[in-house]
Amino acid sequence: MSKSADEIVYGLRREYLEKISAEGNRIDGRKFDETRQAVVNINFVPRAEGSAEVRLGDTRVLVGVKVEQGVPFPDTPNSGILTTNAEMLPMASPTFESGPPSEDAIELARVVDRGIRESKMIALDKLVIKEAEKVWVVFIDMHILDYDGNLIDACSLGAVAALLNAKVPASKIGAEDYPLPINHVPITITFAKIGSIMVADPNLEEEEVASARLSVATNENGDVVAMQKGLSGSITQQELFSAVDTSIKLGKDIRKRVLGR
Amino acid sequence: MDIERKIVLPGEEISLEGMKQGNGIYHENGKYYSYTMGVIQTYNSYANIIPLAGKYYPVRNDRVIGKVIDIAPSFWIMDIRGPYPGFLHINDTPWKNLDQDLNKILRVGDTVFLKVNEITESRQTWLSLKDAGLRKLEGGHIIMVQPTKVSRIIGKGGSMVNTIKEATGVKVQLGQNGVVWLDGPAEKVMEVRKILRFIEKEAHTSGLTDRVKKILEESR
Repeated sequence: MSKSADEIVYGLRREYLEKISAEGNRIDGRKFDETRQAVVNINFVPRAEGSAEVRLGDTRVLVGVKVEQGVPFPDTPNSGILTTNAEMLPMASPTFESGPPSEDAIELARVVDRGIRESKMIALDKLVIKEAEKVWVVFIDMHILDYDGNLIDACSLGAVAALLNAKVPASKIGAEDYPLPINHVPITITFAKIGSIMVADPNLEEEEVASARLSVATNENGDVVAMQKGLSGSITQQELFSAVDTSIKLGKDIRKRVLGR
Repeated sequence: MDIERKIVLPGEEISLEGMKQGNGIYHENGKYYSYTMGVIQTYNSYANIIPLAGKYYPVRNDRVIGKVIDIAPSFWIMDIRGPYPGFLHINDTPWKNLDQDLNKILRVGDTVFLKVNEITESRQTWLSLKDAGLRKLEGGHIIMVQPTKVSRIIGKGGSMVNTIKEATGVKVQLGQNGVVWLDGPAEKVMEVRKILRFIEKEAHTSGLTDRVKKILEESR
């Protein structure tokens, strides 16, 4: 058996979700471009340099930021380092297994990393202690505590919230602590394609039956900074453009409502 | 009901008050104790402890909703949300043709309303489709509830589930294993889903059917 029983989708659940989305409904009564209520609890882990707990519906993730000293990469002697890692704990879902990171965990970490890196959210050039010798390394660690779909958005939001409140522990090298230098605030919005409808912020049931998935990260100027297409289904040009427009709109809303920016 | 509906903890001593020892109770040094966290209920002079939460343990003649997870040469392997998979042999179905590819009758992911036919000594669960009302389920939606709360959703003599069916017009098929099949308009299905969640949460309280009736009337 290649798939566990929990991973096999009830065939009629897929038919039902496709049917009601064609009628203009979603399983939890939301609109197609409506996200679930996001609750961000910053400084959840007091000993970390920055942290945030995010609840997106019943999805719950914990993101911690650690800032430590390290040696820069030889090709970027004038730049700090950003490392992102995601941990899908078996307690979060019956389909998560312990052991080395799964493909999904790696994709999740990379998509979150891309949103932050490509938006130039962190001013990495200001994290140099001594050129080519010592820089600050920013570790983002994401722990999935409860899985009810759309980990990408929950983790991205958590990582951004944690970074916005993170401190560089410069007191360790005899200077004063200062907030992590921030340029931009990227927000990632994920869409799932059910039948021929793109729905924003899919929950677990929607994610299970989706044929394609699209994540769009935008910054506060409305620029698209990163994208990721997932699953085997296809997306039309029109769907892509409307997803980008929706994610700019939703990104503005979340930035203001949830992050207060 | 002689014994009060009270929540007990594992290892808590229970006074049976003349009732016989039923499920979820063990006997040690002349005293009775609870195995699980649950509610005491009496049924036919037996005291049982109904767990507040837990996995589904198949019992003979239970009607369950299963999902095909794999196909063997002459039987289907079904997920019935129990500790072990269930098996549905072609001989225990109304379909005859043995030469037929099983994949053409039921495919992986199909949902079937079944009964538990037999549980062998080695805990193999054999399922059957040969009884009134048992069938492959088509259309509709599947939601999950706690298997321990199914009896509460059914209610006394089906009172609760009938109330829900009448008030919303949604077709409801309950599996003892906590799988519920619903068919009807999207907003009605959503309403039933909300009510099932409410019953799950409030299952240990009394007068639930009347409260559900009230909610259903208010939402109309």
